[in-house]
Amino acid sequence: MNEFALLLAATLSAGTVLAIAALGLLINERAGIVNLGAEGMMLVAAIAGFATAVHTHNDWLAFAAGAAAGAVMAAAFGLLVIWLNTNQYATGLALSLFGTGFSAFVGIRYTQEKLAERPHFEVPGLADLPFVGPALFRQHPMVYLAVALMLGLAWFLYRSRAGLVLRAVGESPESAHALGYPVRRIRLAAVVAGGALCGVAGAYLSVIYTPLWVEGMTAGKGWIALALTTFATWRPARVLLGAYLFGGVTMLQFHLQGEGVQVASQFLTMLPYLATIVVLVLISRNPAWIRANMPASIGKPFFPGG
Amino acid sequence: MLKLEMRPQPSRLMSWLSPLIALVLTVLIGIALFSLLGKDPLKALQVFFVEPLRSGYALAELSVKAVPLVLIALGLAVCFRSNLWNIGAEGQFVLGALAGGWVAMQADAQSSRGIVLLILAAGVAGGMAWAALTALLRDRFNANEILVSLMLVYVAEMLLSWLVYGPWKDPQGYNFPQTITFLAPTKIPRLVDGWRMNIGVLVALAAVVAFTLFLFRTYRGFALQVGGLAPAAARYAGFSSRGALWTALLVSGGMAGLAGALEAAGPLGQLTPYVPVGYGFAAIIVAFVGRLHPVGIVFSAVLMSMFYIGGELAQSRLGLPKSLTGVFQGLLLFSLLACDTLIAYRIRWSRPS
Repeated sequence: MNEFALLLAATLSAGTVLAIAALGLLINERAGIVNLGAEGMMLVAAIAGFATAVHTHNDWLAFAAGAAAGAVMAAAFGLLVIWLNTNQYATGLALSLFGTGFSAFVGIRYTQEKLAERPHFEVPGLADLPFVGPALFRQHPMVYLAVALMLGLAWFLYRSRAGLVLRAVGESPESAHALGYPVRRIRLAAVVAGGALCGVAGAYLSVIYTPLWVEGMTAGKGWIALALTTFATWRPARVLLGAYLFGGVTMLQFHLQGEGVQVASQFLTMLPYLATIVVLVLISRNPAWIRANMPASIGKPFFPGG
Repeated sequence: MLKLEMRPQPSRLMSWLSPLIALVLTVLIGIALFSLLGKDPLKALQVFFVEPLRSGYALAELSVKAVPLVLIALGLAVCFRSNLWNIGAEGQFVLGALAGGWVAMQADAQSSRGIVLLILAAGVAGGMAWAALTALLRDRFNANEILVSLMLVYVAEMLLSWLVYGPWKDPQGYNFPQTITFLAPTKIPRLVDGWRMNIGVLVALAAVVAFTLFLFRTYRGFALQVGGLAPAAARYAGFSSRGALWTALLVSGGMAGLAGALEAAGPLGQLTPYVPVGYGFAAIIVAFVGRLHPVGIVFSAVLMSMFYIGGELAQSRLGLPKSLTGVFQGLLLFSLLACDTLIAYRIRWSRPS
């Protein structure tokens, strides 16, 4: 593989972590709930997935464990926020702080373990194409599943009845409630689904992408995923695009380091975080653009009869 | 079925009881967690809740951790009360340590003790400057302050890392990533010989008084809180939301920076990559558990620094990871938020009809 193809391949892989998490958060936010606990959920899922992979040698079980861990944490968050009406931002922060500590606590005995590099999935025929073949068609199946997930989610949101109800709950919970939809249960389902996807992303990170467990290994990816939903103005296709863009920035940093660019490595490591800020600024400066698809009741509590 | 019912008036009793119930819940969940993981919960409880209070020296150590938490949380309380979500205090703390540390490194053996004031002023300025970035981007471009301030934490940590590995590295430091040890005149004065407790305690107490007056006795403080509770009412009253944004972020950034400078020139005495230990994040919990009230913040900061010391002891005595601190901190905030529901609502048992 030439260098560009390598960079492209790595970009897709790095972007997949962000894409899956951000698509999950998108479901949350479309239902009107912001979960600042993404970082914590991803970390706990990363260690759950990693431990499962170490003991069972089965990656799909590892993904399932990650999804379960993310879902359980999201359910705790959802019950507090939706049924007890706690502040969404504070509760999400608590989830992140708890998850960071808890994952380090249970993960300590796995810090010496290392998983073998996972075999890639070759798309028959296409994988041997010159230039882009190896980069695009020799990836872990999860990379393709992320694309499928985006397509499925787009169909769900804009073409299915359930998706319409979900969006209604995020736009105007009062109206949805008046029409007889169980607003709180729908919101909880969305939050749990979002948590499960953040969990899959976390497990992909520790089992496939690195593959090892390090304390705090997400290094802000949960927060960047949160930023991505804003960046994408809550549209699934743009989430995917944004994720690859950020994956690219992350990879560029390693690439430049490898090239021996005369910049201290710390400045290269800053790049994804600075890029997030720049992108947020660019998107947010146009109020019309950002409001076009923003769920109207995002972040606002809803308590029937309260 | 259990049902929540809104109280006609928020319960004053519950607003005092809720933090206590939350603490009990945290301990109970902690016990369950320890038992599940096959550790002796009693030993852990002793390490977290008894050891940090056992001697004068232990109490002085408690103050070393509580001071930065009080200072940062006071600033954050102003932010949260005006409904601004600055969660990048950790980065503002680092910038305060960098600015204060830079001044400390300019000192020589003949420098007067007055340089300590310069160090603290530089820390405040550093923290303010870092928070001002968030304020500017929010003010000019409407960029979400949660994400911007948080991203700036990572940037600040990288800046620190670059400086201590690069330009500021001590040439006599055996290649360790650290600056020179700051000279004697720059050291934050200690209160008792042999204990690390320093004048930060007095600074923090003065700050508690100042913030109480600011929040509850000044026009500016009042305007900030109205803006947070009822933005429409604040606009109608002519309170500037831009003013609130800048005030809240600069105040909280300055306080975090002050804490950073006190830490750098106090207990640490030099800069290393390990300056940030999570005070900025823990202070978020301190602020909430303290009810966003200056006096409450003192109590919750002491509690939180017990968790810090407990975490360190758990590591050295029980061989458990230090990260337990974060587990307890997160659990406490969770429990508190859940218990706070009881202030506005009461639980009613109703038969499903």
